[in-house]
Order: sequence, then C-alpha cells, then structure tokens
Amino acid sequence: MKQADLVIIGGGPAGLCAALSALKSGSNVLIIERNKDLGGQLRKQTHMFFGSEKQHASLRGIDIPEILLSQLKEYEDKVEILTDSTAVGLYEDGVITVLKKEEDYFKIKPKVTLVATGAFEKALAFPNNDLPGIYGAGAVQTLMNVHGVKPGNKVLMVGAGNIGLIVSYQLMQAGVEVKAILDAAPRIGGYLVHASKVRRMGVPILTSHTVKEAIGKNELEKAIVCQVDEKFMPIEGTEKEFDVDVMCISVGLTPLNELLAMRGCEMKYIPQLGGLVPLRDENYETTVENIFVAGDATGVEEASAAMVEGYLAGLCAAAKIGYKPENFEERRTDYMKQLKDLRSGPAGGHILSGIGQVLIGGKNV
Amino acid sequence: MFEKTGIPSKEMIMEKFPPIERINEGPVAVVECYQKIPCNPCQTACKFNAIIVGEDINNIPEFYPNKCTGCALCLSKCPGLSIIVVDGSKSKDRVEVRLPYEFLPLPEEGQIVKGLDREGEYITDVKVIKVLNPKSFDRTPIITIEVDRRFLYTIRNISVEA
Ligand SMILES: Cc1cc2nc3c(=O)[nH]c(=O)nc-3n(C[C@H](O)[C@H](O)[C@H](O)COP(=O)(O)OP(=O)(O)OC[C@H]3O[C@@H](n4cnc5c(N)ncnc54)[C@H](O)[C@@H]3O)c2cc1C
Repeated sequence: MKQADLVIIGGGPAGLCAALSALKSGSNVLIIERNKDLGGQLRKQTHMFFGSEKQHASLRGIDIPEILLSQLKEYEDKVEILTDSTAVGLYEDGVITVLKKEEDYFKIKPKVTLVATGAFEKALAFPNNDLPGIYGAGAVQTLMNVHGVKPGNKVLMVGAGNIGLIVSYQLMQAGVEVKAILDAAPRIGGYLVHASKVRRMGVPILTSHTVKEAIGKNELEKAIVCQVDEKFMPIEGTEKEFDVDVMCISVGLTPLNELLAMRGCEMKYIPQLGGLVPLRDENYETTVENIFVAGDATGVEEASAAMVEGYLAGLCAAAKIGYKPENFEERRTDYMKQLKDLRSGPAGGHILSGIGQVLIGGKNV
Repeated sequence: MFEKTGIPSKEMIMEKFPPIERINEGPVAVVECYQKIPCNPCQTACKFNAIIVGEDINNIPEFYPNKCTGCALCLSKCPGLSIIVVDGSKSKDRVEVRLPYEFLPLPEEGQIVKGLDREGEYITDVKVIKVLNPKSFDRTPIITIEVDRRFLYTIRNISVEA
C-alpha cells in the first residue's frame, strides 16, 4: 500500500492552495484529482474575478491555476500529483481507495487527509427536463470554455445568480444568443454589476419567473415559462413561450462531500451553505481526527474564500503531523483575517450564519 | 427596481457622474458600482488615489473626481466592467466616452457603430475614435467613442455588426 504524509483529494483552488501551504511548512503532499488537469472550476472561468489582490482578483479564473501550479513547481521533489484519478472511498482505518483511469485501482494510507472536492450542480424539476439541449451551466461552460464547442444557438438561462449571469455573458461572447435570464426569486441573486453587464447587451432578466415545461420531439424546441407569486406558485395566464434550442440550468450548487460522510464525519444540512456539510473546527478539521476539509466542500462560496480556506487547512493539517513552522500563528491569523474580510459584507452575512451552525467550538472565522 | 432588472435608475446614475464642470475640463471616470461586494481591484489600479475602497473590501468605492486624471487604467481592471471615462472638453456638442468592450469583432477606428443604453436599446450612431487592446489590459479592450452630448448620461455600450 502506498504511504503518504498529507493526501489532498481534489485539485481545485482549495486543494492547490492547501498543497502550497503544507509544502511551505515542510510536509510532503500527494494530490489526487479526477480530471485530466488541475484547477477545478477555475479552468472554465474566462471572466475576471472579484475579491482582493491576495486572492488574485481582477485576473481571469482560467489564468489562476497557472500561477498556483508554477508555485507548486518550486516544491517538485516534495509533491506528487495524480491526475485522472478519483478517490472512491475513505475508510475507517484512514485508507483511501483510488481509481486511476478506470483501470488502476489502489490504496493509499496517509497520515492526514484533506478533502477539497468542491461542489456539484442542483437540478430543476419540470416536464421534459431530460430533453437534449437542456444542460447544467457547468456543462455549458465545459463545452464552450474548455473544448471550444458552442452548445447551441438560442439559449434560455434559468437562474440569475452569479453563475447564470456570468455564463450568459460568456455565451454571448461565444456568439450565442441569450433570449432571457429568469429566476423564481423576486430579486437578482448575483452581483448587480454582472446583471448590468448582460442587461446592457439587451438581455431581459425576468425575476419571479420559472420554467413551466420544455417542449420538443427529439430535442428542445421551445420553453414555456410563467410568472410565480410570493410563494413561488405559478400564476395562471402568465405563460410566455421562448423558441430556444438550449436551456441552461444554473439554480445553485451543493457541496460534494460524500467521502466525508462515508468516513463517518458528522454532517449537518445547512441551507446557507448549499446542503449537507461537515462539522469542523476553526482549523478546518472535521469531527474525525486528521480529516480536514476546505473550499466548496465545506459550503458553497467563492474561489477567493476557497483558496484562503485551503491555505489555512493545509497549514493546520501539516502542523498536525509535525510540520509546524515558527511563523505558524502569524500565518494562521493572516488567513483567518482574510476570510473575515471576504465575509464581512452583506453577501457574507448568510455564509457566516451557516458557518456558525457547523463550527465546533463556536468561534467564527 | 434595479435589483429586479439590473438597470440602474436615472437618479442612481446621476449620483455617480461627476459634476458637468469637471467633465468639461477633461477626461474623468464614472464608477458605476452600486452594491457592497467583496472587491477592490479598482483601488489597486488607481495610481492617483482617486478611488478608495478602504479597509473593508466590501465598501462601495468612493470616487474623487478632482484626483482622477482620466487615465482609464481602472476600466479594464474592474471585474464588473462598471467604470467608464467621459470627456466633455473636446467639443461643445459632442463628448468622448471610453468603455470596456469584451466582444468580437472589435470595431475599427473611424467605424460608425450603434450606441446602446443601459438596457441594450439603440439610442444613436457613434463614431469609434480609438481601440486599445494592449497585453496589460488582459483581454478587456477599451473603446473610445464620440457621441452627441445629449447622450452623455445614457450611452453605455456599443454593438458592432460583424
Ligand atoms: C460560472 C462560475 C463563476 C464563478 N465566478 C467566480 C468569481 O468571479 N470569483 C470567485 O471567487 N469565485 C467564482 N466562482 C466560484 C469558484 O469557481 C468556486 O467557489 C471554487 O472553484 C471552489 O473551489 P474548490 O477547490 O473548493 O472546488 P472546485 O473548483 O470545484 O474543485 C474541486 C476539484 O476536486 C475534484 N474532485 C471532486 N471529487 C473528487 C474525487 N472523488 N477524487 C478526486 N478529485 C475529485 C474536481 O474534479 C475538482 O477539480 C464561480 C463559479 C462558477 C461556476
């Protein structure tokens, strides 16, 4: 069985920053990533990121992995990266089972494990939602921004959160027509600068609207939408028809963390964090000793927060197995302050109220 | 309404515009950021301390038109593309407006393109004066257009026919 100091599952922004942080403290690191490339969600984000300079704000998401990977290079002899490798199990004895390219199946026994597996998309139920042409926003982004394939020609975007707004903008940049963006909520959920950006391209944003049904024989041909009341119930007689060949569903994400549940970490359902999340302490250690967590897997937030959580969790995980640098407290305080700053605005309020419910020991970061 | 449509009201827009006297003196930024979000690259971009977000990065940027030189460096740094530069010093009946534009094809200098408002509606034809797209702008080109002065407060976008 393969042995390792620190194993990080997931090579997105949280996982990469966790690796950098632990390496800086002197630990060896093994990263397991199921995709061909590292970077997670960042690989699809062609827009400029908000945040502050410390989290690479104003750079485009796609360019951030490059920066993190070049920093990783400095530790070449201490880091091992397994791509095309999925962690499929996390067992009571600490063993991780890994499947590489669906052929090579093996076990790893690390001293400490950090789970940074990100999140997955929520679905929306309506008649014929399985017609070809109806995609999740993640699939649309992967087609368009990773593989350079247009998903279709006329799109109805469902969901006016940041993802819905940003993917609409990217679709237009790819030359695809966006007919409208709708959201069942009475207000636009995403940042209003992103909303204004698509609005001044002429795309209407229909709040208090939902999809009634999709129509099509072999593929999507039409979408019927209608208005909803304050209780999100459809209002009869308000139906509108859109001739579209693509419907893009972006109604939110849910943390991806079954591995933690499997391992026996205590989990709790927290709507503000997007679903089931692990209880954890200030250092991002779960209720199971030596199992840490960071990024969207702890609660759906932003890459900026995911990166800082990664730095913090990586620092603490390495310290747990003996790699505690002299400036440990200084670094820990700095990361905590960055997280506090990111979450101190109105948007951070509900994240904080969610975190308050999963934080062991009660103190908020 | 803004939160339902993404279209700022006239009052909101006017509040963000520097006084007309300042605009007539020469190029100056209009920072159309209306919401508290954790973001501060505009402050970092401004070498003249004309945009201040401050200690709490969720603050709405404060803009000081008299410190602003109209250099437009902040335009391609704002992730929300919320900043434009207006210049009323060039002529009595026209203004120059610089805006970020991230679509292909880019317009050509001298080309007449459609000027759009904040709803994406056509308002008037405008002439493209300059197209800047250096590496440092990181794929957010800045287009300078010449517009009838009547549309100073409404022009916000362009549409370029392929
Ligand atoms: C359209 C869109 C726009 C966004 N815009 C912004 C923005 O402007 N600013 C911002 O800060 N954030 C933005 N975000 C959010 C940001 O992308 C995420 O918050 C961030 O990527 C989360 O990082 P993470 O490392 O936790 O997860 P991810 O990036 O999802 O990475 C998780 C990684 O784990 C891997 N993985 C999962 N399960 C396993 C397994 N069992 N074994 C091995 N590997 C596994 C995945 O393949 C993936 O690479 C945006 C997101 C989207 C979708």
